Amino acid sequence: MELSDLIGAIAIGVAAGVAGGLVGVGGGVLFVPGLVIFLDESQLGAEATSLLAIVLVAGVGAWRQGGYGNLRMRDAIVVGVLSPLGVLAGTVVANAVPERALELSFAAVQLGFAYQLARRAVDGPRRPAGAPEDRSG
Amino acid sequence: MVPARSAAGSLSRRAPQHTSLRLARLAGIATAAGLFSALFGVGGGTIVVPLLILWLGYGEREATGTSLAAIAIIAALGAGAHAFYGNVDPVAALVIGLPAVAGVLAGTALQQRISERAVAGGFAVLLVVSAGVLVL
Repeated sequence: MELSDLIGAIAIGVAAGVAGGLVGVGGGVLFVPGLVIFLDESQLGAEATSLLAIVLVAGVGAWRQGGYGNLRMRDAIVVGVLSPLGVLAGTVVANAVPERALELSFAAVQLGFAYQLARRAVDGPRRPAGAPEDRSG
Repeated sequence: MVPARSAAGSLSRRAPQHTSLRLARLAGIATAAGLFSALFGVGGGTIVVPLLILWLGYGEREATGTSLAAIAIIAALGAGAHAFYGNVDPVAALVIGLPAVAGVLAGTALQQRISERAVAGGFAVLLVVSAGVLVL
């Protein structure tokens, strides 16, 4: 391993961790290309190895957020434990739908979320209590 | 039932406790996160955080903290499955993961000092970037 590759991997790791702490994601979006580019992993190896790194980062991040009073553990366990439903659905969908269609539809979903969160950033949150008005259509 | 309306809830606006609708929404979030994780090899946080905020009335900080715990479980299940097939490189995971642990300690500390609206805005930017990466 070249020194420059090691430095690159460390830099991308720090960046992924800071982003994870700020916005609550695991950092896989940065880990996967970082592992491919700097640590010579294959795409499959990078995705698998990224998941292990995410366990470390997300575990420590959740522990810290718990200390700050920002963790609802029961909900997190429900989401984590039920997620294999989505993994199963994902393998079925991946074999039935063209990859390009999946990418474009997920991108559209993310842009829709981005719009709603940007409105919260500008206007502040609207009333979350009771039945949320369903405007998502 | 009556939603807890505690005046003390400075950070947490408690959504109604475990009604079946609430559980169904959590299951929907779990399925979407697993789907996203399986298809694109990431943890699913870009799906979990917005849905906790928009469907369950979470505050931004609570959503990010709870998302991290859910992601840790999701990623552990995925990493376990991959390890079974010998795809995981533990040394590489530590090389990139230990600096990331230092980063997440700094990131969570920094997040306590900025407004929740700033967190929402930052997340919106992240989503636009992520959507761009998917399209390109």
